[in-house]
Amino acid sequence: MKNASLSNAFFTMLKRDLTLALRTRSEIANPLLFFIIVVSLFPLAVSPEESLLRTMAPGIIWVAALLATMLSLDSIFRSDFEDGSLEQMLLSPQPIALLVLGKIMAHWLVSGLPLILIAPILGISLFLPGEAMFALLATLALGTPVLSLVGSIGVALTVGLRRGGVLLSLLVLPLYIPVLIFASNAIATAAAGISIKGQLYFLAALFALAVTLAPMATAAALRISLR
Amino acid sequence: MASEYSAKQILEVQSLSCTREDRDLFSGLSFTLTPGHALQIEGPNGSGKTTILRLLCGLRLPDEGDILWNGQSIFEDRAEYLSNLAYIGHAHGVKGELTPLENLQVSQAMSAVESPISADEALEKLGLFGFEDAPSRTLSAGQRRRVALARLMLNPVPLWILDEPFTAIDIHGQKQIENMITEHVLRGGMAILTSHHPLDLSDDHLTSLNLAK
Repeated sequence: MKNASLSNAFFTMLKRDLTLALRTRSEIANPLLFFIIVVSLFPLAVSPEESLLRTMAPGIIWVAALLATMLSLDSIFRSDFEDGSLEQMLLSPQPIALLVLGKIMAHWLVSGLPLILIAPILGISLFLPGEAMFALLATLALGTPVLSLVGSIGVALTVGLRRGGVLLSLLVLPLYIPVLIFASNAIATAAAGISIKGQLYFLAALFALAVTLAPMATAAALRISLR
Repeated sequence: MASEYSAKQILEVQSLSCTREDRDLFSGLSFTLTPGHALQIEGPNGSGKTTILRLLCGLRLPDEGDILWNGQSIFEDRAEYLSNLAYIGHAHGVKGELTPLENLQVSQAMSAVESPISADEALEKLGLFGFEDAPSRTLSAGQRRRVALARLMLNPVPLWILDEPFTAIDIHGQKQIENMITEHVLRGGMAILTSHHPLDLSDDHLTSLNLAK
């Protein structure tokens, strides 16, 4: 098989999913709105006190980002499963892992990237100091793709079940914990003015691991789910 | 008639068995399909017609038996087999949010063969001229199935596996699709379909498989 047809298949899948997401706008709006609402409710519910919010900001932002991503995970494969597109994808002679990677990338561009873009504003509203802003963006940039990649394995495993929602959270959440711990710790550390290289290296390692292994695991899981 | 596909290709099904929820759907099913032949699978609802097709696509694993394409198990050399296969299932995978043209462009990119005709021409052949750019969800069920069937025109593969291809399609369209299938078989292609619709093929070209016990 030619290389051109491989990249063509990848980019066609990416473009297809982005077009679908743009035409059903709720897919983009829902996770983003959820993210904004959760973060902006904390000052109202807990206390608007600056020092308190500043210490809680990294945790609040990351927990909200994690939940927002989890909320949108199901859309990676659900509608394709229902209308038979997923079968067609598995019957393509192109490598399934590559097509899956295209779909995951589309999911991240639609649900992860908007979170990164809005995060600085939410950071400011929680009095996150300027020194921590780079850490916030860097951890989100490295961490949210991992959430999409790892989440896709869980969705692929549960897509055939009628009520897979709870199972999906149970499957995926434990795998999200390392990202959550290192990312929120990195932001808090950066706010204290200490170097966060260690945490970023760890997140980058998780990302490298997820981007190489998750598409293959997802492809295998899809085969099992459609059996 | 000159054959467009390699005459050496052969699909062999060897003593296939399948159970579903402790119920034997079929057991010891064997047949061979060679170029220029169609296999029509008949049987009452729930007799396992769709299950056989999904097995033949490699989407499902058989409980016993094997399926060979050119002597090689389809579960081993998957990519080689899949590049020779087109499957249109009951859920045919036409995205409602995409236009028919976009749907076909996606399936073209997923396929491994060069298209002899453009996506526009394929849609025109299926009587969808003028609907290329309307969102597929605004089309009728029959028209959406035609979009799915247009994939067969676009990607010329030897083996067609079709699950009830005539569902929701009007009488004129049924004739058209019947012609598509017979032409494909007479050109040296292979087709496996589940349908009660009679096909205009002589016994030399058509085998029936009845799943009723």
